[in-house]
Amino acid sequence: MLANLLTRTLSGFVTLVVVLVIVFFALEALPGDACTAYLERDARDALLAACRERFGLDEPVPARFSSWAMALASGDLGTSILRDRPVGDILWPRFRNTALLAGVAAAMAVPIALVFGTLAALRQDGVFDIAASTVVLVAMTVPEFVIATVLVFIFAIWLQWAPAVVTVSAGAPVGDLIGAIALPAAVLTTTLVAHAMRVHRATVVEYLAFEFVEAARLRGLPKWRIVLFDVLPAALPPTLSVTAVSLAGVLGGVVIIERVFNYPGLGTLALQAILERDLPVLQGAVAVFAVTYVLLAITADLLTELLDPRTRRGTS
Amino acid sequence: MSILLHHRARFAAVSSRASVIVPLLRVIWRRPSGAIGLCICAVHALLALLGGFIVPYDPLAQDPTAVLAAPSFAHPFGTDHLGRDVLSRTIVGGQTAMAVTGIAAILAVLWGGSVGILAAMRGGLADEAIMRLVDAVGALPYLLFLLLLAAFVGDSVVALIPALALFYGVAIVRVTRAAALSVYSTDFVQAAIVRGEPVGRVLRQEILPNVLDVILVDGALRWSWMILGFSALSFLGFGVAPPTPDWGLMIAETRHVLAIAPWAALWPCVALATFIVGFNLLIDTAGKLIGVDHEARGQR
Repeated sequence: MLANLLTRTLSGFVTLVVVLVIVFFALEALPGDACTAYLERDARDALLAACRERFGLDEPVPARFSSWAMALASGDLGTSILRDRPVGDILWPRFRNTALLAGVAAAMAVPIALVFGTLAALRQDGVFDIAASTVVLVAMTVPEFVIATVLVFIFAIWLQWAPAVVTVSAGAPVGDLIGAIALPAAVLTTTLVAHAMRVHRATVVEYLAFEFVEAARLRGLPKWRIVLFDVLPAALPPTLSVTAVSLAGVLGGVVIIERVFNYPGLGTLALQAILERDLPVLQGAVAVFAVTYVLLAITADLLTELLDPRTRRGTS
Repeated sequence: MSILLHHRARFAAVSSRASVIVPLLRVIWRRPSGAIGLCICAVHALLALLGGFIVPYDPLAQDPTAVLAAPSFAHPFGTDHLGRDVLSRTIVGGQTAMAVTGIAAILAVLWGGSVGILAAMRGGLADEAIMRLVDAVGALPYLLFLLLLAAFVGDSVVALIPALALFYGVAIVRVTRAAALSVYSTDFVQAAIVRGEPVGRVLRQEILPNVLDVILVDGALRWSWMILGFSALSFLGFGVAPPTPDWGLMIAETRHVLAIAPWAALWPCVALATFIVGFNLLIDTAGKLIGVDHEARGQR
């Protein structure tokens, strides 16, 4: 298991490096740089040159890449060109906000997916199962901004239960954010539930057909006991690991969800950084996204191994 | 597995495309999910093709006397903030996205499919390098990549085509490689290689017919996700430029009047949602019937 963890970490590290290199050169290929974005169109040549010299943008691309990579290796994320602040200081509260959003969504999604997925599996092809799989299909395919628009219409405008946009600043205390988080978290929860529930239903269906279930039934155990104490613990690892992986995938939608609700997270920051050609900030945000993705993938693997008694016995 | 492969090989090799599709549609029609998907897709295809001829109003015509008018007999879906007919705009609102992403999807299938098959056949370091690149692209939020590409190509929708093809082809590389690997190790391919048949011939005669259905089904799903990505770009202001009617852009433009004129944003929502759900129902049913399974890959 340790060797497995090591290979996963190594390949995750390689992925991370490739991502950072791609983004560096992608942003390099974009027309304009931070100084043209900062000084806008009326900048004269002398002003532009001074700005570029100040932030080291006048150096050739390979030189800048190596100096940026060296700084990163020593833990220095650099300084935001437009905001004139260390990237770490800008990223941290944004990361906290996005982690809060994703955490709340995951905490709501897993129990919902477990309950409804199990119910759907118990009455396979029944009315509930068909209804549930329809909802899952819709939630998985309809884009987040459409779900967001419909939820805003229902809950913010029609019922007036929750605010339609978040007006809290990035550094606000967690307590202030919790009040504003309901709708963006609901959109994220919807997509997460869909992914987790589909897998959980499939796993429970698979385990219900196993011989140990039949044996337990022949011993005269009631069905609810078999499901609760035999099938569910066995079906939990795949569900959790898929939830971790889809949480990583769903993070892609976080960018647009945050934008729709004006939520002060990493996604809105990365979007802004692209528009402003603010390379250090974009690289920092991208690094955080990629690291999170890799960590979630590794977590999914570990969960599978730790929660599955078969692999545990095999290694000890 | 071998029975399935054999069946698939016969499926693709013996019959021409047209004589496969008609019976396939007939089988799809017998499944409830397939029938629903087929109906929705047919309606959307008709509307997209005939759009310009059947719209009650010019989708760009502004009527200052009927700004944000509620649905009525004259305007069944109401009007938007510039007094444009929402029904007309919704009917033609999918055309740009479908056309742009349609071309991009064909390009993506071509390059992704070729690279995937070649990676599976070559193996070794090239394969490893390609897969690391594919992994890296998968590790980033898809929207960030799309935005980078969109910022790169500027305001041109046509220039988005190669960008979309490039990005979405990456996922096709992974799927095709996996499918080609399992075919490559089968006896009939190995026999052909041992017989000394040239690589190109092995590729065309033995491998391609057996992975074609996987690539096509995946390409079709990719196309629907491309439409989502394109709509998201339009929604964020990086895709279609106003005043062109486009579902994503229409939702973005009319979101701020959601409280007083919800019809202007909700009808394009309905159009986009039904199209995506219907298309996925159709392709999922078709995929299951041909024996192409994508339960494992629900990611965008």
